[in-house]
Amino acid sequence: MHQLLLAAHPPGSLGPLPALLAFNAEPLAHLRLLDIGVIAIYFVMVIWIGFYLKGRSNTSEEFFMAGREMTAWIAGLSFVSANLGSLELMGWAGSAYQYGILATHWYWIGAIPAMLFLGLVMMPFYYVCKTHSVPGYLDLRYGGHARSVAAFSFAIEMILMSGVNMFAMAVVMKVVLGWDITFSILVSSVAVAAYVGLGGLRSAIFNEVLQFVLIWGGALLVPILGLIQAGGVNGLKTRIIANMQSMSGVHSDSYFHLWRDTGSFASNPMGVHWTGIVFGLGFVISFGYWTTDFLVVQRVLAAHNLRAARMAPIIGSFFKMAVPFIVILPGLLGLVLLQNNDGSRRQLVGEDVVKACAAGEQTGLVDQSGCSSAMAKTTLPAAYQARVLSGAPDTELHSYNEALPLMMIRYLGPGLLGLGITALIAGFMSGMAGNVSAFSTVWTYDIYKPLINKRGSDSHYVLVGRLSILIGVAVSIGAAYLVMHMHGIMDYVQALFSIFVAPLLSVILFGMFWKRATALAGFLGLLLGIVFSASLFMWVKLEPSALASIALSPDAKPMAENVFRALWAFIFSAVVVVVISMLTKPKPVAELDGLVYGATVLPTEEPVPFFRNEYMWAILVVIIFAALNIIFW
Amino acid sequence: MHGSGIPIWFFIGVLLLIYGAMIFGYGVFEWSTGSYPPLVQLTSLHTPVWWGGVLGLLGLFYVLKFRPGQAGK
Repeated sequence: MHQLLLAAHPPGSLGPLPALLAFNAEPLAHLRLLDIGVIAIYFVMVIWIGFYLKGRSNTSEEFFMAGREMTAWIAGLSFVSANLGSLELMGWAGSAYQYGILATHWYWIGAIPAMLFLGLVMMPFYYVCKTHSVPGYLDLRYGGHARSVAAFSFAIEMILMSGVNMFAMAVVMKVVLGWDITFSILVSSVAVAAYVGLGGLRSAIFNEVLQFVLIWGGALLVPILGLIQAGGVNGLKTRIIANMQSMSGVHSDSYFHLWRDTGSFASNPMGVHWTGIVFGLGFVISFGYWTTDFLVVQRVLAAHNLRAARMAPIIGSFFKMAVPFIVILPGLLGLVLLQNNDGSRRQLVGEDVVKACAAGEQTGLVDQSGCSSAMAKTTLPAAYQARVLSGAPDTELHSYNEALPLMMIRYLGPGLLGLGITALIAGFMSGMAGNVSAFSTVWTYDIYKPLINKRGSDSHYVLVGRLSILIGVAVSIGAAYLVMHMHGIMDYVQALFSIFVAPLLSVILFGMFWKRATALAGFLGLLLGIVFSASLFMWVKLEPSALASIALSPDAKPMAENVFRALWAFIFSAVVVVVISMLTKPKPVAELDGLVYGATVLPTEEPVPFFRNEYMWAILVVIIFAALNIIFW
Repeated sequence: MHGSGIPIWFFIGVLLLIYGAMIFGYGVFEWSTGSYPPLVQLTSLHTPVWWGGVLGLLGLFYVLKFRPGQAGK
């Protein structure tokens, strides 16, 4: 869900990454030949997969839907992997460093209920109506106008987000490894264009599964070794509490509680309230992303039968629940284990502090006023601040988002570091491949075919799909350079997802579960909902104090804005859909077969042993999910 | 994956086997020569040896189980 996380610099975002460009420091690590070999072999493998699958991507069904022959395991892993981008990994590790395990909400309540709902409740409708895309479902349910609004907004969002992520990843590679920005952008985007352009969705899915394994293989060592060094979970806990006490004088174990301190905005480090977490994140944002964002839904639609399509998100949910082990835990471990070269504890700071201190460094003079006032807001020791201001060696500042790479560098030697970097690159490429493959399908099926050329042959649409991947990647590269030169637009691009998601969820839920919802209501609910959501975003952008009004508390922080904005936009769209539906004439029920609950006869599934039954596995997920929330209450 | 062709698990097996061999080989070299990277922590655990071994064995298992012509049998 990194698109969402990046919005408005909430925790978990990589924030104003362009600031890092100004930071003319030495790269954090230098790769050895063995590391370069590990990375090069990965690129050879993904291109090989693309070439191998080219011969099996000749028809539109094969190219855009992977022939609808993925097993539940492959669709499920791909479903999770498309979301597990490297920016997400690094962003949330940084959030855990700042806010403790509250960041885990975005992996548990912010994902698991929605994934189960998609698999058990919504998937039958998506699957039975044989739509190629989520805008395609809107077309069948509400007509072409709603489809066009969804398709254009989704296509634009995908391409711009792909560009922003591409740029952000290139900046990370520059900071961590010293790689040239253009080199990183071109190599990664050409590789993605090659393997998705050649093998279509099947190639994207294959590579996502491969990338998922690599992410775990490359990142799993960090928490294992970190826990060993920290003295286990109890040692970690004790050291974090001691650190907190030494920095703030307060004895608090807030870092280890998911829910206990969310009774008020002021009592938890993230500045959120449980109502926002449950209704804004757990319902609107999470359901919006996991059940209506075509980037992830497309992976499940490629399953070979309805049971596999239902099982895929459930399988994915097991892995999603485990991701905090390689993301949140390294962030927490970084809080107590990262060290400066002199052996003192290394404290990470916000991007704004890095930026303020880098601005002076670039000119050869540390900007005393900007840098010192920025550092004054941190808990950096006074002596260290003085050393930074004096320009002493080995006093570079690192941002929260560098927690994961710094932990990798701490524990991973030659070869293993290459694997860790490959995991980050793989995460980036899986996210980008997801963006461009989803863009290609929506562009071809929901924009080109209905609006430009309705009578093309099957092979013509495959050609359009391949070309749209190339064009999509090219536009993404352009967007990446646009962001590099116009830093201000990054916030707006990153906010696109959070602006679209709530109205889309509202319209799809009413369409799927309310026979009375009409075509005009769907169209206006989506369009006006987007306008409303964008207006709330701009209101806070122009008048930051409006945050208190949107989140209903003067103590609210940016994360609260995201969740409450989504909640209000969802409610607004829902009101529009209900009111307009009551004023207009609905479709006959007979025309809603396969689209709406209560008007659809779902196919009967063959009985299977209990260990293959999706409900049994879903119950197990619910039990584990509940247990985790209770344990870390 | 359904249908004919090389399963994705075979590709994964190949990659893990290669990585495992490279990392394990380096770990053995590092252990035998005692030349550890200076800034890396916990080198006494010989992580490349056992992690490379785990990756290699996992890769070997997947390569054998899902090798072309063998999958699904």
